[in-house]
Amino acid sequence: MNSTHKIHVEGLNLFYGDNQALYDIGLDMPANSITALIGPSGCGKSTFLRTLNRMNDLIDSVRITGKVLVEGTDIYAPDTDVVSLRKRVGMVFQRPNPFPMSIYDNIAYGPRIHGIKKKAQLDEIVERSLKQAALWDEAKDRLNKSALGLSGGQQQRLCIARLLAVEPDVLLMDEPTSALDPISTLKVEELTGQLKERYTIIIVTHNMQQAARISDTTAFFLNGVLVEASDTEKMFQTPSDKRTEDYITGRFG
Amino acid sequence: MNKTHSKLTDRVATLYFWLSGILIVGILAWFLFDILSKGLPNISWKFITGMPSEVAAGGGVAPMLFNSFYILFLSLVVSLPIGVGAGIYLAVYAKKNKFTDLIRLSVEALASVPSIVFGLFGALLFVSWFGWKISIISGAATLSLLNLPVLVRVTEESLRTVPASYWEASLALGSSRWQAIRKVLLPSALPGLITGITLVAGRALGETAVLIYTAGTASSRAFPDFGLKEMGSTLAVHLWYSGSSSLAPDADQIAKGSAALLILIVLIFNLAIALPGRIISKRHNGGN
Repeated sequence: MNSTHKIHVEGLNLFYGDNQALYDIGLDMPANSITALIGPSGCGKSTFLRTLNRMNDLIDSVRITGKVLVEGTDIYAPDTDVVSLRKRVGMVFQRPNPFPMSIYDNIAYGPRIHGIKKKAQLDEIVERSLKQAALWDEAKDRLNKSALGLSGGQQQRLCIARLLAVEPDVLLMDEPTSALDPISTLKVEELTGQLKERYTIIIVTHNMQQAARISDTTAFFLNGVLVEASDTEKMFQTPSDKRTEDYITGRFG
Repeated sequence: MNKTHSKLTDRVATLYFWLSGILIVGILAWFLFDILSKGLPNISWKFITGMPSEVAAGGGVAPMLFNSFYILFLSLVVSLPIGVGAGIYLAVYAKKNKFTDLIRLSVEALASVPSIVFGLFGALLFVSWFGWKISIISGAATLSLLNLPVLVRVTEESLRTVPASYWEASLALGSSRWQAIRKVLLPSALPGLITGITLVAGRALGETAVLIYTAGTASSRAFPDFGLKEMGSTLAVHLWYSGSSSLAPDADQIAKGSAALLILIVLIFNLAIALPGRIISKRHNGGN
């Protein structure tokens, strides 16, 4: 295994009850880069993303075989502490989902549950996280107002800030801009570009231009199978599989 | 169907729904007016603070008033933690299997048992078998059995109204399930929970059938008496007793006064819980 690979997936199968949703997936996701997962609706890309921080555990009927190594440790080993895994591998969801609390309390939520109580330290984390998520200027005068009063784009950046506040290593993003307008989308894209210097980012996207614009590696999923994964530029210029070519040229999906 | 016909049908339907609404408001207004106009003249400071009298006129309801709240308080002390706990289990932890189906079925069956049956059950279990006699503690224990299934359902339903995305967001930040429940789910479900608990408490304040055989129709001569083994007639039971079997010459006035007092108490009680509840949930939502 290459040491620059943050996440290494091997022989991963996933079943919802009797239905198999992922077939023998093998993929390496390098550190400090953006890996985009693309493919048509229902191809398994979001399901795959959710195996990386074990969010699929929330669904009773899911069964998983194979290996997912995060920094060399198998996260499906029986002695895995799922709570501390999710602290390291954080997630941003498709729809912005701020808690019905103030902006400040949203950001401070993670640090607080992980035991930070000092006001000065929380103030510092809130400011730093909002700055990293490029939301500080818009939010600094209304930290005690409800997060639900923010616009959709601001809410999504708030969710990213809330995640950065727990200092994860890996950011999983499940179509983070699909509910946003073009300007907010651009802001979130710029943000991910800045964040990859410090984090490993895996992003699911419907939007192929977005994958081409922001990612370093792209993986193409189809019907639960990983068809092709390679350098983004190579994938979009000279795809090696016919199905990939058909998809990225818009012939289906 | 032609246009004028459908227009006419629409008007008739609108009128019907409007009249139904007016009827409900009318019944409530008439009911309140009747009870209060007959009862309020009988309510005096002496009535509220006085001791009851078995044979002479001019008895008060002070111990009954006290017992109503004392029994309510004791029953909630028992039923709230268990009911809310079971509700949280069903809403959050329970997987869909035969066991949780059984729990849900039991809750629904219990919720539909007539309260007089609970009363007899309490009389057999707590009064006779446990040897607690007809007492405040027997009444409170039986009343908590009556409250329990409703509390379970209220808790489960108010937790289910919280969007699943809050739950996911919290877990994805590395919270434990308990942290997500305590810090996000319960606060978000609070308005619904408070409404539900208020309804349960309001019903418990007016409950008679459960208490006649368990807490009794008499009360301690001392006031206030916190003794758990004392007989504990509540205001609602006293209303029934005065209206049916009391020997006091003014029993009828006492019953009317008790009825009016009971309504006022339930009203004040609901407001006293609902208002702070709204303020708390507003504060939690960041004041927006």
